[in-house]
Amino acid sequence: MYNPQLTDDGKLKHLLSIEGLPKSIITQILDTAESFVGVAEREVKKVPLLRGKTVCNIFFENSTRTRTTFEIAAKRLSADVINLNVSTSSQSKGETILDTVDNLTAMHADMFVIRHSQSGAAHFIARHVKPHIHVINAGDGRHAHPTQALLDVFTIRRYKPEMHNLRVALVGDVLHSRVARSEIHALTTLGVPEVRVIAPKTLLPEHVEKLGVHVYHDMAAGLKDVDVVMMLRLQNERMTGALLPSAQEYFKTFGLTQEKLALAKPDAIVTHPGPMNRGIEIDSSVADGRQSVILPQVTYGIAVRMAVMSILAGNN
Amino acid sequence: MKIHIKNGRLIDPKNGVDAKQDLFIAAGKVVGIGQAPADFTANQVIDATGLVVCPGLVDLSARLREPGYEYKATLESEMLAAAAGGVTSLACPPDTDPVLDEPGLVEMLKHRARQLNLAHVYPLGALTRQLQGVNLTEMCELTEAGCVGFSQADKPITDTLVLWRAMQYAATFGFTVWLHPQDTYLAANGVAHDGEIAARLGLRPIPAAAETIALATILRLARETGARLHVCRLSTAESIDMVAVAKAEGLPVTCDIAANHLHLTEYDIGFFDANCHLQPPLRSQRDKDALRQGLANGTIDAVCSDHTPVDEDAKLLPFGEAEAGATGLELLLPLTLKWAQEQSLPLSTAIACMTTRPAAILGLKSGHLGLQTSADVCIFDPEQYWKIEARALKSQGKNTPFTGMELAGKVRYTILDGDIVYKT
Repeated sequence: MYNPQLTDDGKLKHLLSIEGLPKSIITQILDTAESFVGVAEREVKKVPLLRGKTVCNIFFENSTRTRTTFEIAAKRLSADVINLNVSTSSQSKGETILDTVDNLTAMHADMFVIRHSQSGAAHFIARHVKPHIHVINAGDGRHAHPTQALLDVFTIRRYKPEMHNLRVALVGDVLHSRVARSEIHALTTLGVPEVRVIAPKTLLPEHVEKLGVHVYHDMAAGLKDVDVVMMLRLQNERMTGALLPSAQEYFKTFGLTQEKLALAKPDAIVTHPGPMNRGIEIDSSVADGRQSVILPQVTYGIAVRMAVMSILAGNN
Repeated sequence: MKIHIKNGRLIDPKNGVDAKQDLFIAAGKVVGIGQAPADFTANQVIDATGLVVCPGLVDLSARLREPGYEYKATLESEMLAAAAGGVTSLACPPDTDPVLDEPGLVEMLKHRARQLNLAHVYPLGALTRQLQGVNLTEMCELTEAGCVGFSQADKPITDTLVLWRAMQYAATFGFTVWLHPQDTYLAANGVAHDGEIAARLGLRPIPAAAETIALATILRLARETGARLHVCRLSTAESIDMVAVAKAEGLPVTCDIAANHLHLTEYDIGFFDANCHLQPPLRSQRDKDALRQGLANGTIDAVCSDHTPVDEDAKLLPFGEAEAGATGLELLLPLTLKWAQEQSLPLSTAIACMTTRPAAILGLKSGHLGLQTSADVCIFDPEQYWKIEARALKSQGKNTPFTGMELAGKVRYTILDGDIVYKT
């Protein structure tokens, strides 16, 4: 089957979504990331793998955190980095996405990191760029956020190397979450035998079970005996309205507290893609507790993004 | 102009003809079937050996984009596309700019279409002014100007009181109300069927209930008001069941589907193919099967092209931002033939779905080839495959989910009122 992310001989050409990536490529990215974890601890935090290359961060949707981690990753690989906040520049002047992309191509960029509010935007751009350019999806609508999922499974693998023996629960707003969709595919592709989602029905897409997950609407049942709890962010605008009655009720029913976490395995770990809403989806005592791996996630995020960029650059 | 079409396979479903018979045309009318009338001397003889000769196709929905959207398509380009597709009569929805809500606009459109003389154009007037769902249009005046029914295009009336009044008013004069059922709230911002693909791709969903809830409302109001109702572009299995029940009850209800929906499902969206961004959305395999079955058993009265030319830039966007719609006039015939062949149905059934049956909905005298009817004829080669690609299409809209496919059924001649308006 046609796979827009891979070259004809099966190498990674773009990173657009986890779905459709073979296990071998995911493992290659995670293994490569291991070798980059040490770079940040050195005196000189740079390797020359992308020297002379230009990486463009094109953000059609605002994001400081993700853009910064991509920027740091590219700079540690010695690339030149251009940040473009399109939501505040050309698009407001009526320029189309393709015009923006063509202009950057004309400036001889080698790699595009794209964030956009529309699902499929990264696929769309990948379909229309010149053949030498690599596209990395840094989040498209509700569809995918593959580097986030990769850093999540990288973190999990570090703490729980026996992936084929894990029970993992994703908690929260799956419906609007590109992170959740990518995490589910990453976990199932790496052989995690049981992936659960826990949320009220208003925050789950129809047919979510077709993604290969077990559906729970109750934290007590869903968290029982899990090895990993992956929290999802709840956007402010979704806390009150027709999806949920209030942030308080959400915290009470689906917020992660020490008491609820105690139902999971004693050595269970807790992840969160950030930024967190303390006291809404997660209690501070859990976020800062001994089972939390939320800050290591951020550190590993840079190594994983370095791995993705260096692998793409090597596949010319 | 006297035309003798010889050696063709004449298929005229309404008159029960499917045989090798010659057709004779004079002064814009059919004057002989099987044998020439006395003292007939043809100016032109068309050798239709190996070809099918059938009534010109009747398309219940073709957007011509004039007035207002000439950058998407012009009357001329789209009427050429109609002729190339064997379509001799077409109904066009009122969602132009300005909206077809005033008699003057309708007269202008009819006049322009007559001048081009490539197809009979039957405008649908707006049911409410500006399609805003608030104030009724002057339906009597619009009918005098040439409207054959009243429609909201893809802008459903959300206020059920207005909908009720509009249907009552239309029923007063016996006008047909054409409605595409879609609940505005359930479908808000949606771009794809609420199924597995929307879940995977993170596309905003349009649940099947958006259609069935609106349909239930419309059918109930049709029963209350006695309005003649034509339900447009159904897409779900349950809708077909609901229409079947309404028909069994004796309500004056007809319905149609778009040819695209006979062949495609949500899975055809693949990796965000914007050509598959259609309104209503492509639904599940089960829905598709029900539409195919419903057209075969007559619950669905007609198949239309739902021709919606979109300019290239409006499709060159991420799926959700791309404009919905696909070109269709030139694909109606091959897509319907493909359906009939796959269902092992006779050619005459396929042709009836595009001629007799839609003509009855429009109340036209055409749609068949009886003696002394207008000589609107489509002559096509049912075996000839052609590749769907931009340069093979006359329409200014080049986007279709079928790009790159080879389909059987190529129009060779289109005759309108006895004049050859297309040949290849």
